[in-house]
Amino acid sequence: MSTASPITSPSPSRRPSTRPINPGDRLFRRVLMGLSGVVVAVLALIAIYLAKLSWPAIHEFGLGFFWTTDWDPVKEHFGAGAFIFGTLVSSFFALALAVPLSIAVGLFLTELAPPRAAAVVGFMVEMLAAIPSVVYGLWGIFFLAPLLRLYVQPFLGRHFGWLFLFQGPPYGIGMLAAGLILAIMVTPTITAICREVFRAVPNTQREAALGLGATKWEMIRLAVVKSSWSGVFGAGILGLGRALGETMAVTMLIGNRNEISTSLFSPGQTMASVIANEYAEAGSNIHVAALAYVGLALFVVSFAVNHLARRIVKRLEMGGTR
Amino acid sequence: MTPATNAAKPPIPEPILSAKDVNAYFNAFHAVRGVSLDVEPNSVTALIGPSGCGKSTFLRTLNRLHEEIPGARFEGEVTLEGENIYGRGMDPVQVRRKIGMVFQKPNPFPSLSIYENVVVGLTLAGVKDRRLLDETAERALKHSALWDEVKDKLRAPGTSLSGGQQQRLCIARALAVKPPVILMDEPTSALDPISTARIEELLGELKKEVTVVIVTHNMQQAARCSDRTAFFFMGELVEYDRSTRLFTNPQDKRTEQYITGRFG
Repeated sequence: MSTASPITSPSPSRRPSTRPINPGDRLFRRVLMGLSGVVVAVLALIAIYLAKLSWPAIHEFGLGFFWTTDWDPVKEHFGAGAFIFGTLVSSFFALALAVPLSIAVGLFLTELAPPRAAAVVGFMVEMLAAIPSVVYGLWGIFFLAPLLRLYVQPFLGRHFGWLFLFQGPPYGIGMLAAGLILAIMVTPTITAICREVFRAVPNTQREAALGLGATKWEMIRLAVVKSSWSGVFGAGILGLGRALGETMAVTMLIGNRNEISTSLFSPGQTMASVIANEYAEAGSNIHVAALAYVGLALFVVSFAVNHLARRIVKRLEMGGTR
Repeated sequence: MTPATNAAKPPIPEPILSAKDVNAYFNAFHAVRGVSLDVEPNSVTALIGPSGCGKSTFLRTLNRLHEEIPGARFEGEVTLEGENIYGRGMDPVQVRRKIGMVFQKPNPFPSLSIYENVVVGLTLAGVKDRRLLDETAERALKHSALWDEVKDKLRAPGTSLSGGQQQRLCIARALAVKPPVILMDEPTSALDPISTARIEELLGELKKEVTVVIVTHNMQQAARCSDRTAFFFMGELVEYDRSTRLFTNPQDKRTEQYITGRFG
């Protein structure tokens, strides 16, 4: 009796696809469901644990934590303002370089390159995403930073030193180096999305422009770029999500000084890099809590930014088949 | 003046557009085979034939759009008002400003307003004079019989209009630059019967100012609106004659079979 045969089970036709009657299928389904649940649980546990760990700091410093810049483990007073500043400046500087570059590469790949060249260049750009972060850091320290210190920064200081961005001694390592390495690291992400967005523009639009006597450049501007702005924006936000949380290469290159400086030549600190630098030697509970508080903020912001980017890109994909 | 091609009956003394021995290829595929055809000024010329007969490809050689497709190749000569548009030093961009095109699917630019869509050909050519742009927009929209429907919402996006309106917007966009010739590639195939009828009506008006070459898969349409009809089959121009004659008294067996619906 208790071993009800599949045929007599109450309502076999109600959800036939999600409620398998074969015992093997049922087991299979439960295993997959359990494993998927693990992923969700891990995400929730990270958030809960971060919140719990940072509770003393939240309680002690409140929201003021995010705009005070005083980070003093000895006096046990912590404010993350300088790291937030460093994160924003390095990320937006990186985007300012990477977005135009990615648009250019995306347009080249979809509109201009012969198919074989597009395949090779597209593959190379994707490979940039496969290089481990620490390798970028090494390259940055031993190649990029000396290059900046010896040539680029003296040049910028000499000719554009009147601008607040390019003042101070050339260290090589600093905000400029971190921003450049971030730009290289987010370019593959942004390029890949830009490429998809441009590819989604129907050919009839290109022919409409050409048929009106547009040159290739005018055709690209009128038919491709103008209708792609929201997608490119989404790509930029997705790149921002990557740049905000990038840790290893930035930690190796940013100089790790807990200060706000308006010059890109100066060393700085980001939310990610301060955690990587200090977690090992954080002695007091409140120091650990403050680091966790920074981590929690980074977690929430990255989550929100990624979610936003996905929504923009998804909406575009659905509207793209006009 | 121009030697009469054996296809043009009766011969057209002063064609505005003249194709001589046009061959078009996609890689190894020979899509258009030795087509010669003269187009009479201020007329509507219809190109008909079964799918894949080369009529659209031939049309796209007339404004050098064919060559934009990867692997496409062209041989022959096309003259517009006596000038070879494939001649040495001819810029395809300049050619396309003189020979406008309306496509199968209405394709206004989604990021531009109705007004901007109409005058985009002028703005591309560098015209900035506001008055001239306004006048052109009104003239072209009136000419394409769309003015009354859109005059109060010129700032709305071009894609907010119905399919038939969008196609008339595309006709206005082509008319705005005052080309002597407009090519239409099955302009009503994506439209409902009422919108189709409006565009067919429009063709009769348009030919007072421009010359129209229209590809259609609809024989009734060709018979109703065109002065001359060319029948294409397997990449060749089989028969070219006054529409009244071609549809009532075709000279070629294949034309007769096609227009009586025995294939295609």
